Amino acid sequence: MAELSFPKKPYPTRGGVHAPHNKNTAHKQSVEMPVPKTVVLPMTQHIGAPCAPIVKVGDTVDVGQCIAKSDAFVSAPIHASVSGTVKKIDKITMPGGNRVDAIFIESDGEQRVSPDVKPPEVNNLSDLISAVRESGLVGLGGAGFPTAVKLSIPPDKNVDTMIVNVAECEPYITSDHREALENGWDIISGIMTVKEFLDIHRVIIGIENNKPDAIKALREIADSSVDIGDEIRVLPLKATYPHGAEKILIKACTGREVPMGGLPSDAGCLVMNVASIAFISRYLKTGMPLVSRRLTVDGSAIKDPTNVIVPIGTPIKEVIEFVGGYQEEPKKILMGGPMMGVALPNDELYIMKQNNAILAFGEKEARLAEPSACIRCGKCVSACPMRLLPLELCNASDRRDEDALNRLNAMNCMECGCCSFTCPAKRHLVQTIREGKAFLIQKKREQDAQNKGGKK
Amino acid sequence: MENKLYVSSSPHFRSNNSTRRIMLDVIIALLPTSVAACVIFGFRSAVLIAVCVATCVLLEYVSRKIMKRDTTIGDLSAVVTGLLLALNLPVDINPLIAMFGCLIAIVVVKQMFGGIGMNFVNPALAARIVLLVSFPSAMMHWVTVPGQPQGAMIDATTSATPLAAKAGTYSYIDLLIGRCGGSIGEVCAIALILGGIYLVIRRVISPIIPCVYLATAALMSLAFGLDPLYQILAGGLLLGAIFMATDYTTSPVTNWGKVVYAIGCGVLTMLLRTYSNMPEGVSFSILLMNILVPHIERLTAPRTLGFVKKAKGEKK
Ligand code: SF4
Ligand code: SF4
Repeated sequence: MAELSFPKKPYPTRGGVHAPHNKNTAHKQSVEMPVPKTVVLPMTQHIGAPCAPIVKVGDTVDVGQCIAKSDAFVSAPIHASVSGTVKKIDKITMPGGNRVDAIFIESDGEQRVSPDVKPPEVNNLSDLISAVRESGLVGLGGAGFPTAVKLSIPPDKNVDTMIVNVAECEPYITSDHREALENGWDIISGIMTVKEFLDIHRVIIGIENNKPDAIKALREIADSSVDIGDEIRVLPLKATYPHGAEKILIKACTGREVPMGGLPSDAGCLVMNVASIAFISRYLKTGMPLVSRRLTVDGSAIKDPTNVIVPIGTPIKEVIEFVGGYQEEPKKILMGGPMMGVALPNDELYIMKQNNAILAFGEKEARLAEPSACIRCGKCVSACPMRLLPLELCNASDRRDEDALNRLNAMNCMECGCCSFTCPAKRHLVQTIREGKAFLIQKKREQDAQNKGGKK
Repeated sequence: MENKLYVSSSPHFRSNNSTRRIMLDVIIALLPTSVAACVIFGFRSAVLIAVCVATCVLLEYVSRKIMKRDTTIGDLSAVVTGLLLALNLPVDINPLIAMFGCLIAIVVVKQMFGGIGMNFVNPALAARIVLLVSFPSAMMHWVTVPGQPQGAMIDATTSATPLAAKAGTYSYIDLLIGRCGGSIGEVCAIALILGGIYLVIRRVISPIIPCVYLATAALMSLAFGLDPLYQILAGGLLLGAIFMATDYTTSPVTNWGKVVYAIGCGVLTMLLRTYSNMPEGVSFSILLMNILVPHIERLTAPRTLGFVKKAKGEKK
């Protein structure tokens, strides 16, 4: 096998858009939010099987105590983020509209730490994976995939490269940027641990070049004597959206392509969000599971945009009040960034593990223009980082044309939003393509069921 | 909290591109050519342009109303069609003929196929060709313009177009500044090139189609033993390559598709110019290639990121 080398500059990627950066909070120190009166912890804060509560109403819980878990492989346990009493266990409506159980904990304000919280003993890879699993860590960049699952690389996959994702290409969001500035050493020591146990000898820290201070800070550490074999390098990327998307980041950092329908490990890569990797190193030192996180609160309706460190389960409303409240009537509240985030029906929801931003916008930004007819300008085609034909996909979705959707590789669309962003006719491309994908999945399910039935 | 939040699908931000802005850019890009037309052919060109634009906008409005669809004149696309059609006509055309052309362009070619984005041939070009077939003498009557070379005069009022004139009649300078016979928008090469540069800078069009079209035409001229620069500057080639072949609706959206399409246009143009008895091949070539666009697009679909060819024998 050829010797692994570090790219001097990023490999070329296609498409992408120049979304406004609006990184208003990049130069502000993060602030820690005081403990809220009540936290609410839904049973699904990750991709995978939901957890089941292991506490009862009336139980006293401590910070870091495990309160819900699942035996499924793809799942992550949930821990109490405050000390206090379990008030109730009740269904709440998630942003997607589905109803799930949630544990309501009333805080006693003492923040007593649970006796279970002690540094785990980690001597080999399987220790590391089970420790990470116990910590409840999920990808903190937004997707919420359980990190322990990510680290359990199947033996038939040869993963030789770890990519640390600091691209943070979504407008407004700066929580990873602040992580890099405030916790540089945690990041590097997390990287050292993971690369050692996974026997990876090339670590590329991918970061957009609109964060020169973070690049400098990370370089100082990566180039210092801790990085013995010089196996960790910082790679500044072009600041175009969506460089933080896994497949695009892998292409830019290694020139490899993740095969359609495949995982990063199929391209020999492990992609870790920067906040996740820093958390691993802190967890190994302290044993405190994932009970709080940093997130960006911003948007035109927010008075004083800031990065805050909040206990998981804090009501969104209180987080917004903590940063000074609204300066105009909010018309749209987003969980996540403006390109891929989810619009919330109200501010009565709670901060979850994978939540990297809360953005609130006034009328002007919230209102979207009415769509008009496609003029076939091809701008969506040049913007699509996956090199798809969004306008054709959109037509095929409207027609519910299964063959055309397959021929156009609909399932390879990652819903990044570049096509809709750039469309002069303001067409709802992503929304329509999403419907088309759902249609394909449903068709496939029907077919599988039929095949099964036929075999009997 | 009061239930008044917008809950829409991502992305929540949009660029400030708009159809109207794009059409406005095309109109701006056509300004130098329109002004040149008025300078070269006089006030009558301004009247012709005004008649075509007004008729197109009116017809667009009326036909949308009759079909009970929402009004789309705000997107300015009818203005662009009217302007392009006017620039493709001789200056002394009967205004009624011009208006008939507008009817063909807007009602028959554009609205009957579903409006903007749905027509499969370029409306202005299709109209021009219908007029050419129906009123050949009126459509090929080129008046003399001030300052044009003596040799190009056919009689006191009529002149030959650069492609019909004997070689050596017109100089490059004549062609660049429009001292020659032709339709009002095709004669002044400098104005057209300026407009093209504006469109590329504003990212309204990609330079692929005009560049490949012109390069192909130049290569073909060399192969036929013609003067490539003269062939590019003369006749409707620049107007066609910059403004007609790049029409969004009727050109491919994929980059390789654009290349194939432009090569096709270039080859056909030079074949028609050389072998047909009609010296002007641009409109027909573009129209023919318009019809092939869906096929070209299908053959040039980009390879999606991570696409792996299914191994033989592997089931779908
Ligand atoms: S960007 Fe919009 S108008 Fe342009 S081709 Fe794509 S869908 Fe059509
Ligand atoms: S949302 Fe899908 S189709 Fe649109 S640009 Fe992104 S990957 Fe391409």
